[in-house]
Amino acid sequence: MSAESSPKTWPLWEVFVRGKRGLSHVHVGSLHAPDATMALRNARDVYTRRQEGVSLWVVRAADITASSPDERGSFFDPAGDKVYRHPTFYDVPDDVEYL
Amino acid sequence: MPAAAAYVLGLADDALVYAQRLGEWISRGPQIEEDMALANVGLDLLGQARALLTRVGELDGTDRSEDDLAYFRDEREFRNVHLVEQERAGFGFEMARLLWFSSYQCELYAALRASSDAVLAGVAEKALKEVDYHRDHATQWVLRLGDGTPESHERMQQGLVEVLPYLAELFDDDPTSVAAAESGLGVLPSSLHDSAVAHVTRVVAEATLELPTETKWRSRGGRDGVHSRPMGYLLAEMQHLARSHPGAQW
Repeated sequence: MSAESSPKTWPLWEVFVRGKRGLSHVHVGSLHAPDATMALRNARDVYTRRQEGVSLWVVRAADITASSPDERGSFFDPAGDKVYRHPTFYDVPDDVEYL
Repeated sequence: MPAAAAYVLGLADDALVYAQRLGEWISRGPQIEEDMALANVGLDLLGQARALLTRVGELDGTDRSEDDLAYFRDEREFRNVHLVEQERAGFGFEMARLLWFSSYQCELYAALRASSDAVLAGVAEKALKEVDYHRDHATQWVLRLGDGTPESHERMQQGLVEVLPYLAELFDDDPTSVAAAESGLGVLPSSLHDSAVAHVTRVVAEATLELPTETKWRSRGGRDGVHSRPMGYLLAEMQHLARSHPGAQW
């Protein structure tokens, strides 16, 4: 059997769980599954056994475009000395509770 | 044993014995994810068995615990159907067995929510959500294997053929079930037949498979404690630890 017609391993899927309403989905890990429907079911069995979530997303790992570790310098270092991007130069009045 | 207790014992033993069989898939599934899925199904069934066995100990007046009933009864005292005790075979066979058994259990628990026994009705309410997922899991696999490659189609079809002789027993109206149904505690197994078959038929057709109907023999006797060859081996494995070390605890 050729590798194309009969892949021995299922594709990899990244799993995101939302812990409760109002929170965002958080990456929890990955798993193998033959397709998206089964990936969702496997994710349910592997990652929500202990009531960890109310919603699940699965994304084929191959479909994620990730930043490269080699580009880390040019991607992230330039933000290092730009403290003015942090909202720390404002005086917050004492009686403003939510800001 | 009173009919009420014997009836619940049959349901409990079906769940207990199939849980034991499904546990055998751990490390034997096509992928570790599937090991996990089948182990989860088994653990759901084990949870149902625990609640039901405890109820049996109350209903029959012996006050036996779930462990007494699971580990210290002999083969002839088990009331499970032959389907669940059959040896683990191919994955196609397992998905055919799970599809049929979970379809049966879905109808069973849906009906038992109206049981006159509050404990049984409560177990049914909780278990229905679990077996609904078991049925979905089996359905997904039967669809994929049936409508997959020529080889997966062939093996899935073979699985459906292999479970066929064991299906009629699930829907037999034995005297215990009849008595339990008359009292309002149980339901007639035959009343679950059509809805269960309807689901399986739909799935099998969509999976481009054929539902076999011709069988030269059919299993009998499980509800009377008459079991097939694999049952003794299953019990030996399940019970030996508890019997070798009575009262052992984690």
